[in-house]
Parts: sequence; C-alpha cells; structure tokens
Amino acid sequence: MSQYILRRLMIAIPSLLGISVVLFVVLALAPGDPFSELATNPNVPPEVQAALRTKFGLDDPIYLRYLHWLAAMVQGDWGFSFVSRINVDTLILQRLPTTLYVVGSSQLLALLIAIPVGVFAATRPYSLFDQLANTFAFIGFSLPTFFTGILFILVFSVKLDWLPFVYTDVPGSGIPWLLEMIRQAIMPVMVLGLFQAASMTRFVRSAMLDVIRLDYVTTARAKGLGQAKVIVKHVMRNAMIPVVTLIALQMPAVFGGAIVTEQIFRIPGIGSLLISSILANDTPVVMAVTFVFACLVVLFNLIADVLYGWLDPRISFR
Amino acid sequence: MISAVLLLLLIAAVVIGPFIWRVSISDIDVVAGLQGPSLAHPFGTDDLGQDLLARMIYGGRISLAVGLAAMLVSVFVGTLIGALAGMSRGALGYALMWLTDLFLSLPQLPLLLMLIYLFRDGLKAVFGPEGGIFILIVLVIGGLRWMPVARLVRAQFLSLREKEFVEAARALGASPVRQVVRHILPNALGPVIIAGTIDVAAAIIAESTLSFLGLGFPPDTPTWGRILYDAKDFLDIGPHWALFPGGAIFIAVVAINFIGDGLRDALDARKVI
Repeated sequence: MSQYILRRLMIAIPSLLGISVVLFVVLALAPGDPFSELATNPNVPPEVQAALRTKFGLDDPIYLRYLHWLAAMVQGDWGFSFVSRINVDTLILQRLPTTLYVVGSSQLLALLIAIPVGVFAATRPYSLFDQLANTFAFIGFSLPTFFTGILFILVFSVKLDWLPFVYTDVPGSGIPWLLEMIRQAIMPVMVLGLFQAASMTRFVRSAMLDVIRLDYVTTARAKGLGQAKVIVKHVMRNAMIPVVTLIALQMPAVFGGAIVTEQIFRIPGIGSLLISSILANDTPVVMAVTFVFACLVVLFNLIADVLYGWLDPRISFR
Repeated sequence: MISAVLLLLLIAAVVIGPFIWRVSISDIDVVAGLQGPSLAHPFGTDDLGQDLLARMIYGGRISLAVGLAAMLVSVFVGTLIGALAGMSRGALGYALMWLTDLFLSLPQLPLLLMLIYLFRDGLKAVFGPEGGIFILIVLVIGGLRWMPVARLVRAQFLSLREKEFVEAARALGASPVRQVVRHILPNALGPVIIAGTIDVAAAIIAESTLSFLGLGFPPDTPTWGRILYDAKDFLDIGPHWALFPGGAIFIAVVAINFIGDGLRDALDARKVI
C-alpha cells in the first residue's frame, strides 16, 4: 500500500509541473510588462531600465525565466503583494484555513446527503422516492451557486432574519463565539454542499444500479444475507469506486463554486482574495492563488487515488 | 418536450423581444428607481430606473450567444484533438491524452479569471470593449471545456477505425483525411452532439459566473449575470431585480440540461463525465 501511495505521488509531481508550465506560459504570453510603468517614466534613464531588466532576468529566454520562477516557488519565495505590502505566502496562509474549512464542511454535507439518498433511490429504482430524488438532483445542479446564494440570503436573512449574510472573522473564544462561527457558516456551506450533493446523488445512484445487478450480489442474497448487509457491505463498497473518481473530477468545479460563495458571503478565504487581487491588478497574488488552487485539485486527486487503493486492493498491486 | 418548448420560447423572446418591447436599455429615470413589476415596467426597474425587461432581453441575447459560440469552440477543439488522438497509433495519441488529463485537473474558474485579467486590456484595444470581451470569454470558456468531447471522440474513433466499412474505405485507397471526414466522423457525432448540448448550459453558467464576479462584460452591457451582480446589494429593497435574471439563467440551464438528457436517452450513448 505504501509503495502504491509513493507511486501515485510520483505521478502527481509531473502533473503539478505541467500545470505550472501552463500558468507560466499564460503569464508570459499576456500582453503587458511589469516594467511598462518604468519605460514611460522619463526620470528613469534607459541604461538604468536595461540594467534592471537584466537584473530581474526579463530579457532571458523563456525557459530560463521559467526555471528561475519555479526555483523561487519551490524555495517558498512567492513574491510580494503590490497591494497589501506583505509576502504572498503569508497572505495566502492567513486565508487558506477559512477556505478549507468551508469547502471541507460542504463536501462532508454533500456526502452525508448524497450517499443515503443515492443508495436508497437505487434500491428502489423508479419508485416515487427515486423520481423525486432525481428531479431535485437535476434542479440542484442546474442552479448556479451564485443564484442559490442570493436566494438563500433573500429567504433566510432578508425575509426570516435568521442568519447573518456577511461572514466575519470575529476574534474571541468560548461557546457563544463557537456558536456564532457555526451560525454564519451555515448558509455558505449549505449553498456549496447542496450543489455538490445534487451531482453526487446522481453518481451514487447510477453506480449502485450498475453494481446491484451483478451476479455476486444475487449470490450474497441467495446465501441468506439481509438486505441491509448486502447493500452496505457488498454493493456499496464496489459502487463507491467510480463515485470516488467522479468526485475527484468534480474538484475543479468545487473550488470554482467556493470562489463564488466566498464572494457572495464575503468570506475571507483565498477565493475572495483572488477576486480582490484581480480587481486591484495584484499579479503576484493572482498567480500564486491560481497555483494554490491547482495544487489543491492535484492533492484531492491524490487523496482519491489513495481511497481507490483502499476500496479496491487489487488496484494497489498493479 | 416541455423543456424544448421553454427554450424555444426563451430564444424567441430574446430574438424578437426588442422589436416588440421598444424601451431603451439605458433610459435613466431615478425617480422610478427600484420599482417592483408594474404595467409600465413588467419586470420592474433597477436603482437608476432602467427598465429590467429591456435589459433582460438584451442580456439574454449575449448570454445565449456566448453559450452557443463557446460550445462551438469546445466541440471544434475537442473533436480535433480527439480525432488526432484516436487516429494516431503512436506517441502522439498518448501525448494528447496526457494533455487532456492535465487540462481536466486544472482549476477552471481561477484560470478563467486569470486569463481574463491578463488579456482583457489587449483585446479591448483591438476589438472594442464589448467585442473584445465577447471574443475573449468565448475562446477562454470554450478552450477550457473541450476535454470531455476529446475523450468521447477518441473513444469512438478507437472502435470505429477498426470497423469493416472503414477498412473497406482504406482498401479502396481513401486517404486518412477522407476516412475520417467521410466515414468515421459522421458515425461518431451522436455523443458529441449530447456533450455539446450540455456544454451550452455550462458555458452560460460560466459566463454568468464571470459577470457575477464583476469580471465579465463591462458594466453598461447588461448580461444576466451582470444584472444579478448589480442587484445583489439591493436584495432587501428590490428582490425582483435579482429574481428575474437568476430565474432566466436557471430556466435556460435546466431546459438545456433536460434536452441533453433526453437526447442521451434517445441516442443511448455512454454517460458523459
């Protein structure tokens, strides 16, 4: 198993490198030059400009610039934010836990909804419950997160006045503070979690339906096992294998949804950091946050691979 | 069926709408601002008193056009890459599939935002503010959504290229291009059409998301997402302002997704990831 995880890690590194190449090429192809302001400034003589350009390596061929940039990223030197005047890595580390907290709890909520509903619907295909679940799932993933967010604010904050619609990072401790933190996270987590749950329910249902017809399930029933035991122990474990892949493939969309949700509820995570840096033309932060999102996606793919090995031991011996 | 009718109605409304509802999208009347639906303004007005129905019709044209154009881009790129990967028997196929998997693991929305941030000003200078953003958004959304199509096309090609009728064409001396264009591609189109349908919905959502984040079309171009973005600070006093564009996006997306689902059942294709 540990050998399998190691092998998966070795596969994750080239894809991270590939992503970093894509990001760097995009940045290099983009019109505009970090020194364009300097070039139009008459007080800076051309020799100084040229010297600065050489010093920062802007005239080097593109692969050398890429290697320099990569070396700096690996060493943890992520540059300096133009706007907040602090190092980019400190800025991101401040914001990252909030994003992970919201995304993590919403994924958990989605799993808690999708697995029971999907399994129950698959055991009674085309029943009333199945059709209802299908319809809701269809509506759920057709509703974009920004619209559900607004609807939730309209209903729960404006009309009912139950929940706050702005997420604040209030300092404090104790039970009341904890309750307040949970209360303000309810809406963002619901918005993101329900959106995820909708597509996951469909995955779970169709994967269960594929497995439930197989002969070994009939065998398990024939030897007298109860329905619950057959479903949970025999069908679910195998049905979860494709579901894990599909969930991993959904991760880019999850982080996209997280950006929108953070923007609606003004959650101080890295998604809203990305938007505010784009609006403020803060290139180092934009680059770094995009790269962090890419790393998170690769990380979740890695976790999915490890889960795979646990769900189906045959895979880890290949 | 119902969804096809609904979608046709929506398309008809945004195409013929401006000829029937002749209210300007930018007439400012601050006194009549933030009114709910009435006879003079069936969808109400925004904070500057601009007529929402007229703005919705105008925005719908852009939103639907972006969806269709981005779908064409993604289907074109996906078919090209999938066909190349499916026909090649060597390293090219593996390299292209590796590229596809790499693109599948890219975080799409952050990348979309970054691309728009980097290229916005350059294209604006060449094609004007609206045209430049339109081209950029269509290319970027289409360019980040071709992977499922490429996988489908490759899978189809791998099985089709070994079929007898293709072998017959090959035996008759048809060039590889002719084999692909005349014989293989027409037989591989079913799943591509389904994936394309769903892509339209995804592209509409992507465009609305960008506009909703304030990074899509310029403020004076009211796409559905942009109207929603402007409305989100007035939820307590003018909820209608947010509900109409949000509802329109939802109806368009649900209708297109249902059509895609229906087509899948009809053509009995494999499930698209």
